[in-house]
Amino acid sequence: MTDSKYFTTTKKGEIFEMKGELNSEKKEKKREAVKKVIASMTVGKDVSALFPDVVNCMQTDNLELKKLVYLYLMNYAKSQPDMAIMAVNTFVKDCEDPNPLIRALAVRTMGCIRVDKITEYLCEPLRKCLKDEDPYVRKTAAVCVAKLYDINAQLVEDQGFLDALRDLLSDSNPMVVANAVAALSEINEASGHPVIEMNSQTINKLLTALNECTEWGQVFILDFLANYNPKDDREAQSICERVTPRLAHANAAVVLSAVKVCMKLMEMMVSDSDYCSTLTKKLAPPLVTLLSSEPEVQYVALRNINLIVQKRPDILKHEMKVFFVKYNDPIYVKLEKLDIMIRLATQANIAQVLAELKEYATEVDVDFVRKSVRAIGRCAIKVEQSAERCVSTLLDLIQTKVNYVVQEAVVVIKDIFRKYPNKYESIISTLCENLDTLDEPEARASMIWIIGEYAERIDNADELLESFLDAFHDENTQVQLALLTAIVKLFLKRPTETQELVQQVLSLATQLCTCRSGGGAEDEKLDSPPLPQPTSVIPSQDSLIGDLLSLDMGPTQPTQPAPSSQGQAVQSTASMDLLGGGFDYLLGPSESPVPQQQQAFGGDAGLLGDIFGVGPGSGASAGFYVPPKQMWLPAAKGKGLEITGTFSRRGGQIVMDVTISNKAMQPMEGFAIQLNKNSFGLVPAAPLNIPHAINPNQSTDASMVLNTNGPVQKMDPLTNIQVAIKNIVDVFYFACIIPIHVFFTEDGQMDKRVFLATWKDIPAQNEVQYTLSNMMLGADTTVLDAVSNKLQQNNIFTIAKRNVEGQDMLYQSLKLTNGIWVLTELKIAPGNPNYTIYMTLRFHMQMLSLKSRASEVAPTVYQAFETILRQQ
Amino acid sequence: MIGGLFIYNHKGEVLISRVFRDDIGRNAVDAFRVNVIHARQQVRSPVTNIARTSFFHIKRGNIWLAAVTKQNGNAAMVFEFLLKMVEVMQSYFGKISEDNIKNNFVLIYELLDEILDFGYAQNTDVGILKTFITQQGIKGTQSKEEQAQITSQVTGQIAHRREGIKYRRNELFVDALEYVNLLMSPQGQILSAHVAGKVVMKSYLSGMPECKFGINDKIVLDNKGKTTTDDPSRRYRTTKDISLPFRIIPLVREVGRTKMEVKVVLKSNFKPTLLAQKIEVRIPTPLNTSGVQLICMKGKAKYKSSENAIVWKIKRMGGMKESQISAEIELLQTNDKKKWTRPPISMNFEVPFAPSGLKVRYLKVFEPKLNYSDHDVIKWVRYIGRSGLYETRC
Repeated sequence: MTDSKYFTTTKKGEIFEMKGELNSEKKEKKREAVKKVIASMTVGKDVSALFPDVVNCMQTDNLELKKLVYLYLMNYAKSQPDMAIMAVNTFVKDCEDPNPLIRALAVRTMGCIRVDKITEYLCEPLRKCLKDEDPYVRKTAAVCVAKLYDINAQLVEDQGFLDALRDLLSDSNPMVVANAVAALSEINEASGHPVIEMNSQTINKLLTALNECTEWGQVFILDFLANYNPKDDREAQSICERVTPRLAHANAAVVLSAVKVCMKLMEMMVSDSDYCSTLTKKLAPPLVTLLSSEPEVQYVALRNINLIVQKRPDILKHEMKVFFVKYNDPIYVKLEKLDIMIRLATQANIAQVLAELKEYATEVDVDFVRKSVRAIGRCAIKVEQSAERCVSTLLDLIQTKVNYVVQEAVVVIKDIFRKYPNKYESIISTLCENLDTLDEPEARASMIWIIGEYAERIDNADELLESFLDAFHDENTQVQLALLTAIVKLFLKRPTETQELVQQVLSLATQLCTCRSGGGAEDEKLDSPPLPQPTSVIPSQDSLIGDLLSLDMGPTQPTQPAPSSQGQAVQSTASMDLLGGGFDYLLGPSESPVPQQQQAFGGDAGLLGDIFGVGPGSGASAGFYVPPKQMWLPAAKGKGLEITGTFSRRGGQIVMDVTISNKAMQPMEGFAIQLNKNSFGLVPAAPLNIPHAINPNQSTDASMVLNTNGPVQKMDPLTNIQVAIKNIVDVFYFACIIPIHVFFTEDGQMDKRVFLATWKDIPAQNEVQYTLSNMMLGADTTVLDAVSNKLQQNNIFTIAKRNVEGQDMLYQSLKLTNGIWVLTELKIAPGNPNYTIYMTLRFHMQMLSLKSRASEVAPTVYQAFETILRQQ
Repeated sequence: MIGGLFIYNHKGEVLISRVFRDDIGRNAVDAFRVNVIHARQQVRSPVTNIARTSFFHIKRGNIWLAAVTKQNGNAAMVFEFLLKMVEVMQSYFGKISEDNIKNNFVLIYELLDEILDFGYAQNTDVGILKTFITQQGIKGTQSKEEQAQITSQVTGQIAHRREGIKYRRNELFVDALEYVNLLMSPQGQILSAHVAGKVVMKSYLSGMPECKFGINDKIVLDNKGKTTTDDPSRRYRTTKDISLPFRIIPLVREVGRTKMEVKVVLKSNFKPTLLAQKIEVRIPTPLNTSGVQLICMKGKAKYKSSENAIVWKIKRMGGMKESQISAEIELLQTNDKKKWTRPPISMNFEVPFAPSGLKVRYLKVFEPKLNYSDHDVIKWVRYIGRSGLYETRC
């Protein structure tokens, strides 16, 4: 009975051994061998070579063996289409077997073999099976039509299988009906045009089957019903009448699907009708009961409830308590419950809710605590009467001095201030005490906003704001903006003392601006003399406040984690269309409407590499090719400033090395450098550091580390970059080309298996080929090592080597900082000492940031290969 | 619907992999391993989206079960299916463990083939599956009638019951099984309380009888009373007029930085003639506990350092009684500024009445085709009240 032994063999020649056993005369041995093959297949070994031998075992009366062979066929038939034909006869024969279980097995398996030639042979047996006397065969055949449609939609339509499927909706057996519904729903969705007419007659048939089929069948039917638009109120009611008994089902999926149908149908009804309110009452208990299911099911239920309470708050208005968080709930359940609690909070229950939230704010999980604190703020804004209590609760929490609690509390207090101006400013002093502990941008910005808003009541507001100015350039944009606004507000309130401050911030902000985008709105501010303009600034602030505030009460899209008040603004409209898309969305798998991180599967391998420390050590590997410095800015163009430079990669970072020479007559100082937006998002990690002035006829070397997290804009050519350098004399602009290989990251080594899979997956349009001729690569014997060493030093990793017909093949991977994987195959043709290398590049990319095609990246990568390899 | 189903061990090695749809490639197997099983941080959601593919997972012990789909499927159904699949596997080979899965991988593939077709769940009833998925194969000698019997059962209206069952003694057992859930504040205020109950029937009745039962008006059961299976069950839930069998009164005093005193009073609140059983009170202790001295009036108490809790067990306790435990907890000095968050005190018990107040008023059996009547049936009714999540904050 211990089948685990099949997993263990990893000897050489294993395939050969299995081959022998598969052809054994003894039945027992044969079966053992097939099991072994399946075990190997499961763990991902390639056992396709055994195809003919396994297929030979198909002709057997042992059902277990037959099922195993079928399992094998489903996996490998696609890779061996010609041989798969060998199996057809057996399939066709099995479809005629007197045993219905075997007939069904054959038709089920055949549908899973996605080989065109086999599909042709499938039609006749399938037609028979759809009309089989046995319901078990019919229900299997119904699903098979959907399988076939997925392979060849035209064929299904031509052969009239859709009609046969529609006929099955009137089948006497409920499970056949349910599977036919499932198949038709899928085909309906795939085809884009309705393949089934939903009329009251069909619906009636389905409702009859609903009472008698399996739990899963009920879900298929209910989900199908949810798309039906009844012709009038009466029909809607009568469908509801027959669906509501499903609400008591033990299976949560049945309950939720039934709720969905009811919610949908209630749209049809007059909302204050008696029937509607009775139905509303009926929906609450089943929803609440779902909260005692397994956590994963609870999670799905909660996500749905979150939407339901937005659409119909009445349903659960008395059930607040069931959403109280339990100590042992998994974090994802806790977070969802919290969200629903806020939605259900009203004046009547706010005291209880607040007591709970305060309790949660002392828990361990940081995310949960933060969200709890935010929830307190949302309560204050939602229920005005509770605002005071919320504020005092928040103050209590600030006293705990737990850093992230304090920061979060400051953010929500800002929102409360905005909603209820001039009410709670007595607590400002407490807030100011915690000024130093705030290190998150949002909290800092909030605090700055508060200081600016209430500047007239804070004696040392100017000092406080000034303290932020020192590191103005290091602050997040959000904070910079807040600071700018706050200081201007302060200035409007106290123009005489703060003129200097306001000038300081404006000049800092303008500097930033010119560097970033070459000047903008702020520029003009600097030009015009700073005069008090109370009329223009203050009122616009007020209206802004009004705008922002209403949003806090607006519903959030449920998936946004801890949304900021601004975030909600954009979304408040989205959640209105609850039943159209929203509900589906939730029930569906795409749980996250936030743009999905399109992480490549290939990219994951890189991560994996990191975990195991497979990747080569960081730090500039010896042998990294650094191009010689080039003249970027000749002295003639730079008013005496001459710059030569190059790029390299050290310690896993891109470094810009420059030599700055002063060919002018006077000392130069005050150097700063900025990069324009570029294809790879390069930005300086730290400002250019040139401590001393450069005297005439002297030069100095400087290095600047670059990050790749800046704004992206496609350049032509891709590796072009525009640089602005400033000194006391002037600002100079020049452009240079970055060698692409500095973007090759250290974690570019792909796992062998992933490489293979990815290589196959890449479509042809992402492939580019080049030839490198006359390469001097050294002696024959060491050529492979030499090539792969040279490349490895530049973060191009050799994944595999092999020799095909006397030609050496190298397979390599590299990864660019923006996540593009490049997979290469180098075919090295002998020709000592002048080799010819045939390169095939395949690009695997998730182009989020950079809208470019393989053909654009390819030349630069090819050049990199050439320069690296030609370099001695 | 479901595009593929994978089972992994704790290391992320694949034990079972079954792909139903073309849009799910082999790399999906790796994606889940890398992004979820090997993820550095704690799993924050049972649903993970990787490259437009949704992964739904549940975990049993060390084993991960993941269902994958690229479509907009029904999430509740996917999870319910995974849970059901666990149930099916358990009833075939016991605990879900790596060894058991490896030992039964052929069986699992066979089961999967039957219960999931092209990602659509089929009949998952264990009783029926066991009639034809046996790992012995179906004997060729099986008669046509037997085969038809199996297929009609798999697809049949009445899920669990075969035709032609006969018992010498016709008996019917009804259990009202309830779980009481409570969350109480330290001051004894009920924050939330509910009873989740089910009426479970076990019948040894011949033929295809129709059973009806009536209950008092405490609970509104959506019940047509017509069940024709061996062990049907009806679920209900209520929050009104619950009698809470026990009350816990906690008293926690922190004496300086290295000592804590905890006193817990336990009061039983039901008829003195009844006996509660298997009582267990679990009092959490701080992580830096170095020693605990315990005095309890009744039962046995132990400090379990591995669980960070004092566990107080009482075998039996009558109604309207009171008992208490006091503990002196010594703490190690720590620099850890984080305050201990005082998890709630939880308890377990079993009482012989229904905390919701439910009573079965009558039970009737009709079998028109066979010659036994309602009076000949021996009927049993039992009430069991168990603790669900029964917690008191301290």
